[in-house]
Amino acid sequence: MVEFFRGINIDWLGKKWYFLGFSLIFSVAGLLSIFFWHGVPKGVDFKGGTLVYVNFAQTPNEDHIRSAMDAAGLHDATIQRIASGPLSQASREEVISLPQRDTSEATGLDAGRATVLTALTSGYHDSDFAIQQVEVVGPQVGKQLTRQAELATLYSLLGMLVYLWFRFEFIYGVAAVVACFHDTLITVGAFSLTNQEITLTVIAAILTLIGYSMNDTIVVFDRIRENLRLMRREPLAVVVNHSINQTLSRTILTSGLTFLTVLSLYLFGGEVLHGFSFALVVGILIGTYSSIAVAAPMLVAYQDWQASRGKSANLPAGRKARA
Amino acid sequence: MRTNLKGKLTLIIAILVVFVYGIFGVPNGVSKDAFTQALANRIHLGLDLRGGTHLVLQVMVDEAVSAVTDNDIQRVQADLDKAQLAVGSIAKLDPAHPDVITVAGTAPDKASDVRGVLETNYGNYVVTPGADNTWTLSMKHQAMLDIQHHAVTQSIETIRDRIDRLGVAEPIIQEYGLGENQVLVELPGVDDPARVKDIIQSTARLEIHAVTGGPYTSEQEALQANNGMTAPDVELVHGNGGGRADGDQVYALKRVAIVAGNDFRDAQPSTDENGRPDITFNLTTSAGNAFYNYTNSNIGKMMAIVLDNRVREAATIQSAIRDSGRITGGFTQDQAANLSLTLRTGALPASIRILEERTVGPSLGAASVHHGVVAAIFGILVVMAFMLFYYRGAGINADLALFLNLVILLGFMGFTGSTLTLPGIAGVILTIGMGVDSNVLIFERIREELHLGKAPAAAVDQGFAHAWITIIDTHVTTIVSAAILFLFGTGPVRGFAVTLTFGLLANLFTAVYVSRVIFDAHLARKQRGEALSI
Repeated sequence: MVEFFRGINIDWLGKKWYFLGFSLIFSVAGLLSIFFWHGVPKGVDFKGGTLVYVNFAQTPNEDHIRSAMDAAGLHDATIQRIASGPLSQASREEVISLPQRDTSEATGLDAGRATVLTALTSGYHDSDFAIQQVEVVGPQVGKQLTRQAELATLYSLLGMLVYLWFRFEFIYGVAAVVACFHDTLITVGAFSLTNQEITLTVIAAILTLIGYSMNDTIVVFDRIRENLRLMRREPLAVVVNHSINQTLSRTILTSGLTFLTVLSLYLFGGEVLHGFSFALVVGILIGTYSSIAVAAPMLVAYQDWQASRGKSANLPAGRKARA
Repeated sequence: MRTNLKGKLTLIIAILVVFVYGIFGVPNGVSKDAFTQALANRIHLGLDLRGGTHLVLQVMVDEAVSAVTDNDIQRVQADLDKAQLAVGSIAKLDPAHPDVITVAGTAPDKASDVRGVLETNYGNYVVTPGADNTWTLSMKHQAMLDIQHHAVTQSIETIRDRIDRLGVAEPIIQEYGLGENQVLVELPGVDDPARVKDIIQSTARLEIHAVTGGPYTSEQEALQANNGMTAPDVELVHGNGGGRADGDQVYALKRVAIVAGNDFRDAQPSTDENGRPDITFNLTTSAGNAFYNYTNSNIGKMMAIVLDNRVREAATIQSAIRDSGRITGGFTQDQAANLSLTLRTGALPASIRILEERTVGPSLGAASVHHGVVAAIFGILVVMAFMLFYYRGAGINADLALFLNLVILLGFMGFTGSTLTLPGIAGVILTIGMGVDSNVLIFERIREELHLGKAPAAAVDQGFAHAWITIIDTHVTTIVSAAILFLFGTGPVRGFAVTLTFGLLANLFTAVYVSRVIFDAHLARKQRGEALSI
């Protein structure tokens, strides 16, 4: 039979300082970028404004578009070529975006599409064009969505904490949630570092990642729980190492396969799904890593800490484990 | 054992047939077109895939509350008059609180009588006496919520009615958000929503008021003519009574309309003697009778037709009018047509603001479908090929389970009429990746058990038993996050949550049950001691 991982015996816990360093570097880099560099780049969904996607009959000259916008008084318009996917043809599509205006009155919101259209019609004569897609988002919606996204992330972490508490022990839940938070932080950090905009679908991807990363963690935890009963005399570090090694082939295979499907999304899924698949590509790598390098070592660290305080040195094996 | 197995296989095949029916229904033949058509009938595409317009509207519910309190101010005045209780003024003092009415200047010795009238007749308000013989009526929270909710549902009905008359197919009009009085409007196939937006937003509040004075050239002049202040039951309204849209004059009108909103039965665009577009309207029978009585007893006085708070027409009553009238006023043909459409469907209870507008052109939608399908097929093929390579015989098992998983997922969507969005396609692709996880978990466990020296049948048994717990835990947590996405998400994101959840549920069945049955069927045909291909 084909086997990639057999009889593996890696001392994962012995490398915990490397893991800690690795996680810290990426988290801190992300945080630095969030606070001091790009911030969290928000898409139109969250910051409001107008996006008009225009498809041109011939590859457009961006300077001409710019002068057409300037002539119409739209000096704050941003013009951006849509990056074509690695496997598709050169793009003839441009995004023209206007920032959120002070829309205290109802007229403000409608203005975007019409102004861009008239500006192009009167000022751009190189080739024909057609409006492909328009997104106009008012300021109120952005605030509401930001709140919803924050709440959704918070509640889904909470929901999992409660479920794991119920199925395992409180500390397992905490370790898993910390690992998920770590993944979320690094993924958002990656968006900040590469200055890609976070849209509503990216939030959906991040929430999926929380579920996915949780999957990996649970597989390892399940094994730890099982092994704690089988290997009563061994120290926890040995049990955890053994469990990670036993599940390693599954972890790598599943992550690899999921990664392949997500990669096919990234390559073939088209422009609209780029942010979404980017989040998943980053998140799957980090999520797999964190279940091995963050969640499991946390259990051991917790037990060491408890032991140093003179408390019971045995990690409960999960009272609700299967009979 | 064998018969049991047969039963299980029959069940699986039955489920396969049911869900294939869910995807395609019964196609009109066996050609490729017939299948595509059947598929399109069952699986609804979201706006991002088929093209269309997505609008989020804010109903300005404060206006509806304000309309109710306006009305109640009149009632309070009438009730106090009837009880012969003197009152100074009744008004809403704070524009930010349209729900608070202040009654001032009642007689000090009649305080208990006033309180009696207010408390018995205005149960929807909390009545508090204040200093200097004032009373504050603030609307109860529940009553306000009811009015707001009513305004939203009525707006939805009105908007639906208007959009239906525009002939947009399969529109979605529903409440949106988390109690923020917002309305979602989705219009498939509409990619330039200018006209729709005009028609949705037009409040179309048509009223006929008695004129107490005017026209004046400005508000100052109107005030001077009325000794510096307007009576509480009179309001100043701008407009042009000569039937032209431009030009600004001010009229003093009775605050309470003679006919309003729901009294109108029909409105049609027409042309006047000079061939200019105008609008003819009809009143309901009861309103027509009331209008007849009013006009009959007020011949020679002025009345004004007010549309969206502007005087469009002011004329002297020449004779008693029963149930029809006409608005002239410098309309273009289109304006007359749009306006009569909105008048026919009735007024909105409050004005509407557009918070969000997204439009996807049909070609972009088609391109997205293409990209999504290519990515999905590529993903499936890669995963299936890998499973075959890595697990050999058992790989066939996993691939069958994976295929059935997809069929059930799509069938589910067909049965429940849920909408497939672009993130939804991504959800399908992700389901493939995560769906195979269950198989990997089980197979790896079986391999481990085999390495421990167990017989194939025992190894399969143990493998499933151990992996099952893990599979339950992983699925539940992912479904938790999908459910939260569904609760908090909107539009396309919801579509994603739905496909992900269906996919995971289907996966529980295929990866565990179906896969097990295939193993059992396989083992039953094997000789004792023969190795398992895994």
